[in-house]
Amino acid sequence: MTEHAVSTRIPLDEYAALLGEGEIEDLRALAKPLRGRRVEMINSTAVGGGVAEILTRLLPLADELELNIQWHVMTGGEDFFEVTKSFHNALHGAPYQPTTRDFEIYLSYNETNISRLPLDSEFVVIHDPQPAALIEARKRNHNYWAWRCHIDLSHPNEAVWDFLAPFVAKYDGSMFSSPEFARRLPIPQYLFYPAIDPLSDKNRELSGDFIDSVLAKYKVDPQRTILTQISRFDRLKDPVGVIRAYRIVKRYFDCQLVLAGGGAPDDPEGAVVLKEVMREAESDPDIKVLDLPAFAPLEVNALQRASTIVIQKSLREGFGLTVSEALWKKKPVVASAVGGIPTQVIHKQTGLLAHSVEGTAYQIRFLLSHPDIAAKLGEAGHQHVKENFLITEKLKRYLTMFLAFSNGH
Amino acid sequence: MERATTPFEFYAVSYLTRIGNQSAETIGELLDGLRQCSDGSIFHHTFQTLGTHHFLTENFSNDFAQWAMADANRNDLAEQLASLDIRDYVSIAVLRHDLCRIVSDFCEASPELAGQAALERFYFCEGVEVTIPLGLQANTLEEFREGIELLSHAGFYFHFISSRLRLQLQTNDFSYWLAGALGLKTLAEAVNRIDIYTNTLDSTRARILRLIDRERRPS
Repeated sequence: MTEHAVSTRIPLDEYAALLGEGEIEDLRALAKPLRGRRVEMINSTAVGGGVAEILTRLLPLADELELNIQWHVMTGGEDFFEVTKSFHNALHGAPYQPTTRDFEIYLSYNETNISRLPLDSEFVVIHDPQPAALIEARKRNHNYWAWRCHIDLSHPNEAVWDFLAPFVAKYDGSMFSSPEFARRLPIPQYLFYPAIDPLSDKNRELSGDFIDSVLAKYKVDPQRTILTQISRFDRLKDPVGVIRAYRIVKRYFDCQLVLAGGGAPDDPEGAVVLKEVMREAESDPDIKVLDLPAFAPLEVNALQRASTIVIQKSLREGFGLTVSEALWKKKPVVASAVGGIPTQVIHKQTGLLAHSVEGTAYQIRFLLSHPDIAAKLGEAGHQHVKENFLITEKLKRYLTMFLAFSNGH
Repeated sequence: MERATTPFEFYAVSYLTRIGNQSAETIGELLDGLRQCSDGSIFHHTFQTLGTHHFLTENFSNDFAQWAMADANRNDLAEQLASLDIRDYVSIAVLRHDLCRIVSDFCEASPELAGQAALERFYFCEGVEVTIPLGLQANTLEEFREGIELLSHAGFYFHFISSRLRLQLQTNDFSYWLAGALGLKTLAEAVNRIDIYTNTLDSTRARILRLIDRERRPS
């Protein structure tokens, strides 16, 4: 048994109340011709990270529409995940010299997974580079395969990309989070935004009492300004840079900094980065470094809702769903202009963008000085997410792609 | 209640954005791209953006103008590009010609600016449209009002904005049906006059519903 079970039921009517009946009627109409046709989604981790989170919410929604989508998680040893983590960083542009052994490890686990996964549905969607070579299992003209790349491929390490590109070229289509992430490929490339679920524990409304209890648990003072970055402890999220920006802001405003994140099983680097962050935070009692469990949605939700400003100071980013989460909660966001973030934060319209530690600090100071502007940005950000980055829109894009494949696009 | 000669058929619509292999770093390259890109790409960056960013009415509604302002830092060119009103066009070829003329004039007048690198590249994309009947028809003004109220943003955009190219007329699905099937020409014209550039899709819809309500009110 390889299928990853997702059991939570999400009644469509609850989305209709939030988004309007028309949006749900569109979904029903698009799903109708796809009923009874099988879809497989394959990724490399069942918990932690944006992909697993999206799939956890996408599948119950698909169930409500009577669609048959199965989610399979590929298996791999520590050696495989070390190689794919290096691939991941290298594809984001980090220096890396892959060895022949690295490629052998990658291929060997993909071959093992080919023999254990069904891979025979009408539509097969492969997420990210880890399972990209599963395409070798494809039987000619048998089904449609799509590769969903959640990584910023604008400046990839050539050695790693040259290795992966021939696999990608065998798919029927590929999906990227931003046009600048796409590569020149002989297959269609589609723009696919990641998405958040407004009804999930991470994003639904919370009571004030619950939020207060979470703040009390982590000794965060609700009466003082709270700056927050939620993300894995990963160098590409630049948590140390966030602390440096906070220190500049602190010269002008009394504030606290919350750095909260968790690890994922496919990220062996997290513990090392966490130590670096603790060292940088030193003994400042106003910096709260919270190593949350991989799945702590209610606490993340509470921390975001309690924040005065949410920061996402990534150096590289696939998309940065934490930005959408904050915008959905109408929070003013200061974020780096990297990866998919400018798609979410339209500068001066739905948030503020920055390009450095100093710039991040300046934009935070600006918003703390102008709470009326901060509120307006948060409101526009909420609308932007509602239109573009919700799970219902994401499912709609998948349905559209499957229908487009069937129609010969 | 007056029954229509033919029913109005409401559609569910979804768009997939296909990323092209063309991009531009300078205004000169934008001109090259405008000349070479597909009709679908011109459509995507002019008509479709009215649907995707409709709630930010302070922004320029076409991508070319927005890029000229935000990334190439040429407000003069941006204003020229934004001044093209898609309601005047029933052909992509004519719209492309006018876009090219504006950018070409700029490049000729300021060749030194035409070669300057913008902050971010412009990526040419195009939309893949999938439509499916919602299974909802209107035979009367009352049913038509209910249908409009129910439509998603994408469906509303499809019937009110992108329909102009499909119909090859300077009108939209709603006005076309109101005038043709119900004989309500004044209402059809009033609906067609709504400024889609300074309204959001929601406020446009609200205006149409108000116009219909006024029509239904006994005189």
